[in-house]
Amino acid sequence: MPTLEHNGSTFQVDEDGFLLKGMEEWNDNWVDYVKSSEGISELTDEHTKVIDALQEYYKKNGIAPMVRILSKTTGFPLKRIYELFPSGPGKGACKMAGLPKPTGCV
Amino acid sequence: MAKHETPLLDQLESGPWPSFVTDLKRQAEKKPECWDILGQVELSYKDRITHWKHGGIVGVFGYGGGIVGRYSDVPKQFPGVEHFHTVRVAQPASKYYSTKHLRHLMEIWEKHGSGMTNFHGSTGDIILLGTRTEHLEPLFWDLTHDLNQDLGGSGSNLRTPANCLGQSRCEWSCYDTEECCHQLTIKYQDEIHRPAFPYKFKFKFSGCPNDCVAAIARSDVAVIGTWKDNIRIDQAAVKEYIAGNYPSNGGAHSGRDWGKFDIQKEVVDLCPTKCMWMEGGELKIDDKECTRCMHCINVMPRALRPGVDTGATVCVGAKAPILDGAQFATLIVPFMKISADNEFEELIEFIEKIWDWWMEVGKNRERVGETMQRVGLPTFLSIMGVDPIPQHVKEPRSNPYVFWKDEEVPGGFERDVEEFRRRHAA
Repeated sequence: MPTLEHNGSTFQVDEDGFLLKGMEEWNDNWVDYVKSSEGISELTDEHTKVIDALQEYYKKNGIAPMVRILSKTTGFPLKRIYELFPSGPGKGACKMAGLPKPTGCV
Repeated sequence: MAKHETPLLDQLESGPWPSFVTDLKRQAEKKPECWDILGQVELSYKDRITHWKHGGIVGVFGYGGGIVGRYSDVPKQFPGVEHFHTVRVAQPASKYYSTKHLRHLMEIWEKHGSGMTNFHGSTGDIILLGTRTEHLEPLFWDLTHDLNQDLGGSGSNLRTPANCLGQSRCEWSCYDTEECCHQLTIKYQDEIHRPAFPYKFKFKFSGCPNDCVAAIARSDVAVIGTWKDNIRIDQAAVKEYIAGNYPSNGGAHSGRDWGKFDIQKEVVDLCPTKCMWMEGGELKIDDKECTRCMHCINVMPRALRPGVDTGATVCVGAKAPILDGAQFATLIVPFMKISADNEFEELIEFIEKIWDWWMEVGKNRERVGETMQRVGLPTFLSIMGVDPIPQHVKEPRSNPYVFWKDEEVPGGFERDVEEFRRRHAA
């Protein structure tokens, strides 16, 4: 598995660029790193709000929230989430938040 | 990327059916990574296990689906398939093409991918098999800018809708399946490209109950054409069939001698409701008892035609076995007008009512058919604003566990046990 380095932090990632150890290795440098690969020019409070919501839900429930629950807790409609994270809530936001890779029939 | 020894796959080059191995080898002359496809498949034949890793999340910016990521678990051995992502490309309704368009598509695909395809995926998409992550955005750019073509759907969203070829070349199609499929695909682009549902959701459109896209088995909303008035009978043509001048079933059984056409045996006696009979050399149909099964029309296409008051039956909830068992779609609306004149208004309203409800109450990874099972058909009907009718069931329930609503019972559910005890001492 590839290991990558950014601003002095090292991260173990899979081939899709998801953190292998999840939130354990997650830090601000990771967010900064993902920002560039997921088409996000500037990190705003809205991005942070989505990331916080995902992490909080994951810590509590052990799974990523369904899309409409994410919309409800953040108050952002799906359209806004795609404006913030062009790859969408799965590949974009979950990756940046350090959640495990979405699985199933995708 | 070198050739690999493929003794097991080579056996699949013999025999009369077009060999995918031969095709792959031919493509490998042009695209050497195809040797590695053959190599890895050969290894899987030997090991009897897949050599693709679990899952894969790739895509293009703006969309949450459309591309299925795939990585080899033996990338050192087969570097040509280290990344082997599948791209779903939206197909035209009924899959009619011009060679010009296909050539252009293949030029784009050979530039960005392996050149291998699947024409088509079961849901209907054009499937481009095998490319690397870094090619995805350039491929998408070329598809949209040069070919004016979009990706299909994948993930928990509306998947690419599909239809039977309908009125383009079938005399039985009761509505314009192509127009309907195309219009709804355009209307719901957002739902196709950005997953927002509890799970996947599919539409399929068939022109008649022969159901040539298998809508009843393979779509969450199946729109199946039918008619309300009488079957149109051309008695002169019936006589031609009886005389043996027209082949039955359009000659579909001509490969074997089944004897002379016998209208009594092959049509009248096979009618499931027994609503047909011969009278004075003429075929009669009691249309009130006809369930529009299509059999008589299928046997005598030149003599019998569907009626002219046409529309569609809408069934909901088909799915494959996971999790709660396989389901066919169940009838919800026996007859709906399906017309481009009102922009398919009635159907659109129906679909959006399902979504509004299912997106709210559907559990994670629960198909709408399972949500219906969980809440029960009566609840689903009341949510949809559809009055229950006998046609909603094949047979009435046999168990007596019947729920009543408070307001349906005189006196309601609030009872006082003290009052009961005054009449029935403990």
